[in-house]
Amino acid sequence: MLRPEGARSLSEADWTDVVATARNANLLGKLATTLEQAGEAAPAAPQRHLTGALMLSARQRQSVVWEAHQIDAALAPLGHPVVLLKGAAYAMSDHAAAGGRLFGDIDLLVPREAIGDVEHRLMGNGWTPIKTDAYDQRYYRQWMHEIPPLVHAQRGTVVDIHHTILPLTAKHRPDPGRIFRHARAIAGFDRLMTPAPEDLIVHSLCHLAHEGEVNNLLRDLHDVACLLDEHATDPDFPARLADAAADHDLLDPCALGLALVARYFDRALMRQAATSLSARLGRPASTALIALYDDALQPSPTGHCTATGHLARARIYLRSHRLRMPLAMLLRHLSRKAWMRMTTRPKSVPQEG
Amino acid sequence: MDTTLHIPPFTVRLQSPFPDVEQHLARFYGRYDRAADGCFVDFHVRLVPGEWIHRVWRPQVRFLVDDQNPFIPLPADQAAPMFEWGLNWTVASRSLGLSVLHAAVLGKGDDAIILPGFPGAGKSTLCASLALLEGWRLFSDELAILDPATGWLLPHPRPISLKNQSIDIVAAFPGAHIGPRFEDTRKGTVAHAAVPDASVVQASKPGRPRWLVFPRFEAGAATSVVEIPKAEAFALIQQQSFNRDRLGDVGFDTLGRMLSDVRCYATVYGSTSGGIEGIQRIVSDS
Repeated sequence: MLRPEGARSLSEADWTDVVATARNANLLGKLATTLEQAGEAAPAAPQRHLTGALMLSARQRQSVVWEAHQIDAALAPLGHPVVLLKGAAYAMSDHAAAGGRLFGDIDLLVPREAIGDVEHRLMGNGWTPIKTDAYDQRYYRQWMHEIPPLVHAQRGTVVDIHHTILPLTAKHRPDPGRIFRHARAIAGFDRLMTPAPEDLIVHSLCHLAHEGEVNNLLRDLHDVACLLDEHATDPDFPARLADAAADHDLLDPCALGLALVARYFDRALMRQAATSLSARLGRPASTALIALYDDALQPSPTGHCTATGHLARARIYLRSHRLRMPLAMLLRHLSRKAWMRMTTRPKSVPQEG
Repeated sequence: MDTTLHIPPFTVRLQSPFPDVEQHLARFYGRYDRAADGCFVDFHVRLVPGEWIHRVWRPQVRFLVDDQNPFIPLPADQAAPMFEWGLNWTVASRSLGLSVLHAAVLGKGDDAIILPGFPGAGKSTLCASLALLEGWRLFSDELAILDPATGWLLPHPRPISLKNQSIDIVAAFPGAHIGPRFEDTRKGTVAHAAVPDASVVQASKPGRPRWLVFPRFEAGAATSVVEIPKAEAFALIQQQSFNRDRLGDVGFDTLGRMLSDVRCYATVYGSTSGGIEGIQRIVSDS
């Protein structure tokens, strides 16, 4: 993805590994977009996989735009600001990060005092709660930064409603007010807005540095690299980004996130932004943590992962939960979840045949 | 065993330690081309033993494609049917830009007939009777694959999957080769019927969609055939699309184009010969 011209020298066997690895890392559509923009094409057989990934991405993006319109219509009568986060924000503001990306749930940020109204309006317009279990409901409402997700009864699409960008129990205390103050209107929408670029990037960085699973980490790093690229010609941008991170009390996770972005998608701007953030923080991002992510990130065609990799993934998982809540609360929560998992059956059986 | 097969329109690598699966491949995939080393692989399938205790106690088999593990494990003696089910799932969910419907497809010359698969409609038996008794070319008993670029159907011939009573009916057809029966699967008793050699040889030759036929078996019924409106057929067929939603506009346009290329019928029949008669009437009608 850094050197699309390298596609020309790949053998068919190489392409087998490239396609499988990219699919496992949830990067197949982004790879397809990167190649297309560079004017490179794969041989016919692997190209089918790339084309299929682009079709899926285009379809999901179309669906995100449609959902955004539905949500906007449902929330139009309210007076509160409603800001799209992550994937939906990339799609609606036409960021390069959206190219070939797959989209999942739609994430909304609304003022905490507006949660009840927003939930009520959405439930009156066809959305219904997924988690009906009493424990889950209490877990979300008491401790988290979002309420239990809502799913649309007919379309099956999911909306996550947040009132801040980190759990209430977390160490850092970001400032959702800043996101509302700087948010930008989207043409053609009454209520929905997207965050200012600095806030969008700070949120993406904070998210990836707090995420417990590394499955989508390369995808998330690439998202941030694309977002940063759009400001490559603005010499003041690194400083504005550092201001936003400081305002949100998120210098630490952002420094780590940017160091990872600079490590995997190395461009002058990424390094500059990383340096500017560490300077504001007063120290560089933890080299031990960066090494931990290096161990955990082992993209492969079969999903094979070494023992070191598994250990690193387990440590990242535990670290993410430690960042979310104090230890005693964490132990209580994880044992409760483990018990619930043992008493329910996940996964499907082979489909119709 | 580690072998890479061309099962048009895909190249599939299969790794498996199960002797049953090796026999299944020898029995049903003997005439398919083996891929050369270094060839691009569409789907890398691994059948692996169950985890922990289930390697030895009540042994299990798991189906992996690349690093995905989409199913719960099955008893190890169902490894061969699990390969077929898993590969169906893989083709349906990783469509590579191809439109995939749940339907049997057979061909005559350049023309193809599509038989959508509503449960219990008797699609597999009818499909086997047309392929084994009437000389139709088998495209697939399960997966209709439309190429959006041409609007034509791509053959994906794999052993016909038979359930319960249909196994004995098809076993009695002259020239039928039926594999071992797998009892107590979640679909009941399952067995596979071999694809006629001629269908394997012509597996790279696409077919033009000509007829879309909704069959329904009703014990003892006299054969009836009615032409149905395309709008009705569209409403029915889109419920059978595995991946229309993954292809977006392309999926919709491909289905629409197919509908404009075919004539649509519903047929009710009460026996093997009655089913064949219904199809003959449709083909001679248009």
